[in-house]
Amino acid sequence: MKRLPKRNRREFMLAAAGLLVLPVGIRPAHGEGQVIRFGVTPAFLHDRQQVLKAWQTYMSRRLGKTIQFIRRDSYRETMELIRRNQIDFAWICDYPYLRLEDKVRLLAVPRYQGRPAYRSYLIVGTGDTTTKSYKDLSGKIFAYADPYSNTGYLAPRFEIRRQGDDPASYFRKTFFTWSHRKVIEAVASGLANAGAVDSYVWESLAKVEPELTGKTRIVWRSPEFGFPPLIAHAGNVGEGEFKTMQTLLLGMAADKEGRKILQSLNLDDFTIGNRSLYESVADMMRVFGEYPAR
Amino acid sequence: MIRWLFDHSLRQKIPLWGAVLIICPTVFLSGLMMYHTYGDSKNSIVAGATALGRVLSKTLAPSLIHDDLWRAFEMVRAPMTTSGQPDGATPDTITVISPRREVVVSSDPQRLPTLSPISRLDRELWPISKPDFKISETRPAVIEEAGSQFIYMTFPIADRGLYLGALVIRYPRSHLYAKFWEVAIDSALLGLAVLVILLPVNWYWGQRMAVPLVKLASLMKGISGRPPEKFATESYGYKDELGQMFAAYNNMVDVLEEKAALERQVLSSNRLAAIGRLTAGIAHEINNPLSGMLTSIDTQEKLGTLDERSARAFGLIKRGLQQIRDTMGALLVEARPKKRWLEPRDLEDVRTLLQHEVATGRIDLQIVTDIPDRVPIPAGAVRQIMMNLLHNAVRAAGMAEAGEVRAFIAGIGADLVIRVTNNGETLNEDRLGDLFEPFVTNHEGGNGLGLWVTYQLVSQLGGTIDVNSDETQVEFIVRLPVAEDEKTS
Repeated sequence: MKRLPKRNRREFMLAAAGLLVLPVGIRPAHGEGQVIRFGVTPAFLHDRQQVLKAWQTYMSRRLGKTIQFIRRDSYRETMELIRRNQIDFAWICDYPYLRLEDKVRLLAVPRYQGRPAYRSYLIVGTGDTTTKSYKDLSGKIFAYADPYSNTGYLAPRFEIRRQGDDPASYFRKTFFTWSHRKVIEAVASGLANAGAVDSYVWESLAKVEPELTGKTRIVWRSPEFGFPPLIAHAGNVGEGEFKTMQTLLLGMAADKEGRKILQSLNLDDFTIGNRSLYESVADMMRVFGEYPAR
Repeated sequence: MIRWLFDHSLRQKIPLWGAVLIICPTVFLSGLMMYHTYGDSKNSIVAGATALGRVLSKTLAPSLIHDDLWRAFEMVRAPMTTSGQPDGATPDTITVISPRREVVVSSDPQRLPTLSPISRLDRELWPISKPDFKISETRPAVIEEAGSQFIYMTFPIADRGLYLGALVIRYPRSHLYAKFWEVAIDSALLGLAVLVILLPVNWYWGQRMAVPLVKLASLMKGISGRPPEKFATESYGYKDELGQMFAAYNNMVDVLEEKAALERQVLSSNRLAAIGRLTAGIAHEINNPLSGMLTSIDTQEKLGTLDERSARAFGLIKRGLQQIRDTMGALLVEARPKKRWLEPRDLEDVRTLLQHEVATGRIDLQIVTDIPDRVPIPAGAVRQIMMNLLHNAVRAAGMAEAGEVRAFIAGIGADLVIRVTNNGETLNEDRLGDLFEPFVTNHEGGNGLGLWVTYQLVSQLGGTIDVNSDETQVEFIVRLPVAEDEKTS
């Protein structure tokens, strides 16, 4: 059982206390209440407090409601919150999105470098000058991001399977760092010989912390996948609220403040997107029997 | 060789040995300080590592059980990035070693890669990497190998009695050495400061002691026959043992000088006695035929048978013989006791006899007498002693600007003491040596017999005569014993 981070615990306690003293008639926080709960996975923004804070303020003001970001240390925990209907909106990875397809609606897809797509990067330390692909990494120590990450777990395993090996025994040792950023750290420090990382995270980090990414070398780039989507909880979010939020997101690129936030997030804008963007990910999941056959 | 070291002068030895005595404890104390610093630094490292190791070994256990390499890595890396350790004693690397002696995780995976057997990591983990090295599975241990540049601390990681591996915290000794040198330089400077203060004090004190001793030694080296110089006591004005020694040395010089003076005196009186015996013998031998010759010349003159030429020749012979007799008479001094005892008027006579001489020389003469009416000492002898001494004194004082002669005669105890001083020319050592010998004279016209006669008279009366001469005056002191039985009669 994982302990809640201290800050979240405090917020939870305050919310609970608030519930007790609220007059009868005001609706509880879940559903179409005063507080909108926005889940964020460690995939992207987990370490970027300031950007998150600015975005939260932006959205709260536009909506006239309080946006509460709910951060968890692993994808699984965020998925668990969706399953328990404890989140209204979330920005999640492709893999959890497809796993929870029946509980969520696709709200918007960010565009990155002009396209609603990203890749999986295979990275090694700069000391390693010989590795060219997964074929050279048999018997090595490998860092995965998260068991529910597409680019940090599903895509690399698929690539190994595709070359005819069993990802379960291909490496001498594997471990999860629970975030893409830490995969880069693990490879940069030499703890892992190689790791699989989200191209968007790597490229964004290369802008703000080039000394860290500079210790790693990209040896392989996967084909494009649909960019991790923003979703709405199908049960918690009504049609009106869905539209309001979607409109807000799609309009961010149109105003100055919104553009600034998008810039900080290293994104171009948000688009409506569609399910077909994620078909290639579903295909990879089918290889491991994690998604129903067509 | 070693003796040669000790044969040097105190002038060098006292400051040198003093310096050695100052330098040795200073160096020793500085060394002790450095030694303690090394120990203290090591203890503080061990204490810091122990606190760190106990916490880490407990918190690492769950990660090892769940094989959560990343969490374990974050834990071992955390102490490296936060410099919360005192004295800059931050560990160099932290490593977890599995029971199979492989690296589980380390804070520096580049040098200590995960899963590498420690036997291949001699550079990083010597001596723990030795195949026969036993890592304690029950308690923390400090490993400090002589050849290694690191200090290691190992902590067992266990969960409910199950040994999961060992936590190894490594510290470079260079931290210790850096601290050590810091203190070494500090204590060297302190030591130098102590030396800068103490060495000049020591040198001054050594000179203060050694210089008078060296001087004394060179004075004493000069003792052979002649009494040595006295020690200048102002060069060491203290009453400690050295001061007492210098005083004793001066006393010894005094005694030696007295002894030398006594020897000189004895020598001189022996010589004078020998001369006295010789002259008396010769005088007697000459006097006997002389009397016969003078008698026969008298007889011839009385007969009146001599022609003029013969009478002239006889006269010439007679005067020559008489001169010989007078000289012999002067040489043959005799006190002729018991003729008449000394009375105050004898002294009045002496004054009267000298009057003419005193007047012509413009001499200030004062005679103080303090004697009873009759002193049982032959008056003639005393008169002649007085006359001789005063005659000499008046003549010597005549040479001075304002001549002064003082005479004093009195009965003191059992002696009659005659003291005559004048302020004329002083007498040097050589003159004092042969002053009383016959035919030794210092002025024209003197026959050199005055003091000889005086000496003979004093000797025959059983007395002593002393002469002292200093810058201001010449003094003669005569002591004549007064016979007991004669005094009462």
